[in-house]
Amino acid sequence: MTPRPLTLITDNWYDIRDLSNLSGKIEELIRDANGPHWAVWVVSALLGAIGIVAFIGGVAIINIWIERRVVGRMQSRLGPNRLGPFGLLQPLADAIKLMQKEVLQPKAADGLVFSIAPIAFTVPGIVIMAVLPWGRNMSLARLDVGILFILAMSSLGALAVFTGGYGSNNKYALFGAMRVIAMLVTYEIPSVLALLGLVLFSGTMDLADMVLFQEKFWIPLVLVQPLPFLIYFISSSAELNRTPADLAEAESEIAGGYHVEYSGMKFGLFYAAELINAVAISAIIATVFLGGWWFYKLDELVPGWMIFIGKIYAVYFLFVWTRGTLPRFRIDQLLAFAWKWMTPMAFANIIVVAAEVLIWDETGASAGLVLPLYIAFNMLFAGVLIVAWVRFMGPRFSRFPDRLRYFDRIDVPSLPAMRAPAPAAAAPKSGSGAPARSASEGGGDLRGGRLVGGPRP
Amino acid sequence: MITDTGIVIAFYVIGASTVVSALMVAAVRNLIHAVLFLVITFTGVAGIYIVLSADFVAMAQVLIYAGAISVLLVFAVMLTPTGDRRNAETSFQAPALVLAGLLLAVVVFVIYDTDWRIASRGQFTTTASSLGRAFFSPYVVPFEVASVLLVAAMVGAIILTQDEDEEAGHAA
Amino acid sequence: MLPEVLLATVPLEHVLILGAILFAIGLYLALSKRNAIGVLMGIELMLNAVNVTLLAFSRYVVSPRPLDGQVFAIFVITVAAGEAAVALALAVAIYRHRETVNIDEIDVLRW
Repeated sequence: MTPRPLTLITDNWYDIRDLSNLSGKIEELIRDANGPHWAVWVVSALLGAIGIVAFIGGVAIINIWIERRVVGRMQSRLGPNRLGPFGLLQPLADAIKLMQKEVLQPKAADGLVFSIAPIAFTVPGIVIMAVLPWGRNMSLARLDVGILFILAMSSLGALAVFTGGYGSNNKYALFGAMRVIAMLVTYEIPSVLALLGLVLFSGTMDLADMVLFQEKFWIPLVLVQPLPFLIYFISSSAELNRTPADLAEAESEIAGGYHVEYSGMKFGLFYAAELINAVAISAIIATVFLGGWWFYKLDELVPGWMIFIGKIYAVYFLFVWTRGTLPRFRIDQLLAFAWKWMTPMAFANIIVVAAEVLIWDETGASAGLVLPLYIAFNMLFAGVLIVAWVRFMGPRFSRFPDRLRYFDRIDVPSLPAMRAPAPAAAAPKSGSGAPARSASEGGGDLRGGRLVGGPRP
Repeated sequence: MITDTGIVIAFYVIGASTVVSALMVAAVRNLIHAVLFLVITFTGVAGIYIVLSADFVAMAQVLIYAGAISVLLVFAVMLTPTGDRRNAETSFQAPALVLAGLLLAVVVFVIYDTDWRIASRGQFTTTASSLGRAFFSPYVVPFEVASVLLVAAMVGAIILTQDEDEEAGHAA
Repeated sequence: MLPEVLLATVPLEHVLILGAILFAIGLYLALSKRNAIGVLMGIELMLNAVNVTLLAFSRYVVSPRPLDGQVFAIFVITVAAGEAAVALALAVAIYRHRETVNIDEIDVLRW
């Protein structure tokens, strides 16, 4: 990439609001020592990489505590509170326990694939951090196509989950892997379309320029684009396998899914990578929707990266919140939700945003007039779409699917306790094929539902 | 000409690993392993694109090939039974090898025989916005045709994979 | 000073040879694999090789509009995506009818 001109905030190299101060100092030192000109790139890249890796290490340790503690509070539990003050040493104890454990590998597992999967799962989340702007002039790699890079990397993570599930050679792991693949194919589309609306509106794919756009117009993009925020939040929580959409691990259905065979530090890596990926996605949302390191006038007082980390954790709290409160969806609900709600809404949003950008360009109106109008209109638009969808499409979606694909082929044997008292209930059902719901008024009877085999209309 | 030291090193390293993983696609016996090596190959080719200063194409490559097409391949492999997951060759293996070798020889000969008119231009900067302009002014008709093609492909794929039992069940 | 090796450049020929090698491997895969999905993988590899060549010309060779090579590469990627979807749908459909994706056994024109 071409070197960009450095613009400094202050002349002090130790001013950590601006990494270019530091790299300018390094360049000076190397020039004084008659070093080669490329060494400054190597040194500052190494420094940035070390900084990011250190941040990730801290995140993996701290987030375990935050996640368990906050979810515990939300579910009226205490959470970990024994080790250290407020249970702060619990993550360290977990890590030590995981390191001591024996790393088992099933005999029938696909050796190399089994071992590579946790690493391949960790890498995308770390690499994403490199393109994020952590402050003014403070990104390790400023790409013209930063948003595309992020989308490309986050799709590789799901492939790593598939590798792990396939390599375990376990049927539950394979279930998890196939669910991940199905969800990836489905949720990739709305997340790309949601970010496309933002790219249209801000006119750039460079993440640093997107932050500068928000700084210039003094507005976080989430206000102008509430619908993409919702869509991207939901679809990324599906890509992250977090609880409303954690079908790939679903420990109550398929016993942990893709990581059922992993133990010891390999499992630990999966566990940490999940948190790292969650932080990476939170960082993306904080950058493109909430304005990154910019927060009105605050970035003149506080280093930008502190504001950025604060925003990351605000978004991360939303993820923890959904995890602590929502139950898990079924796979058909989740896929139908993506195809029937998020994709059409994302398309509608793109059309609206394109029209807005065109109007803004053609009329040349001032931002102070246009942006409040757009905020009001887009909020209204999002509200109307959501309410209309819930009103007209919602009820059908929440029942059993109309076309029972596999349930009708499964013959569920009734329990002895259910078999004894109701011989009368079976007769009309087999005769007419009408749903025999009346047999038990509570509806808890399996045979009253539609899981029983037999002729269907 | 590409003269930047880092980029030169990157080109040879990435090129070698891409070729090795492409060879592994042909060599491994398990079809899933072949798909995974193909993902590495696609990612390596994206690295070559970056060396050729086509960063937008490189990201599209990772997004579409490594993210979407490889997932489709995995889907297709998993939908066919275990017995067919061998990455075996037909009886055409030897002729195919000869043909591929001959083609390679001819192409290499042509590459060294031709006088390429090398331009003395540097790297492209900000390819994404110039590409966008190219798509909407000189290439707008192919661009729209491509979208029609994608819709046709989508409809075709849905019709081809439709389950006949399901169709009957739905009609009744 | 840098050692002599690091001062080297990448000539156009080397990029083209890389494309040619990838194309040859793809051709071998497409012609020799028994599994229909393997054949498809070969075709995708060939399309990638073509893209490498296109981008190499766009980067190196004299042209009034040098970015056209990249435009063409994006069209190739688009068409490849559509082609992969249809071809994999065909593989699944053939498997449903014939219980095989072995291209040696798919040898009748009508069934």
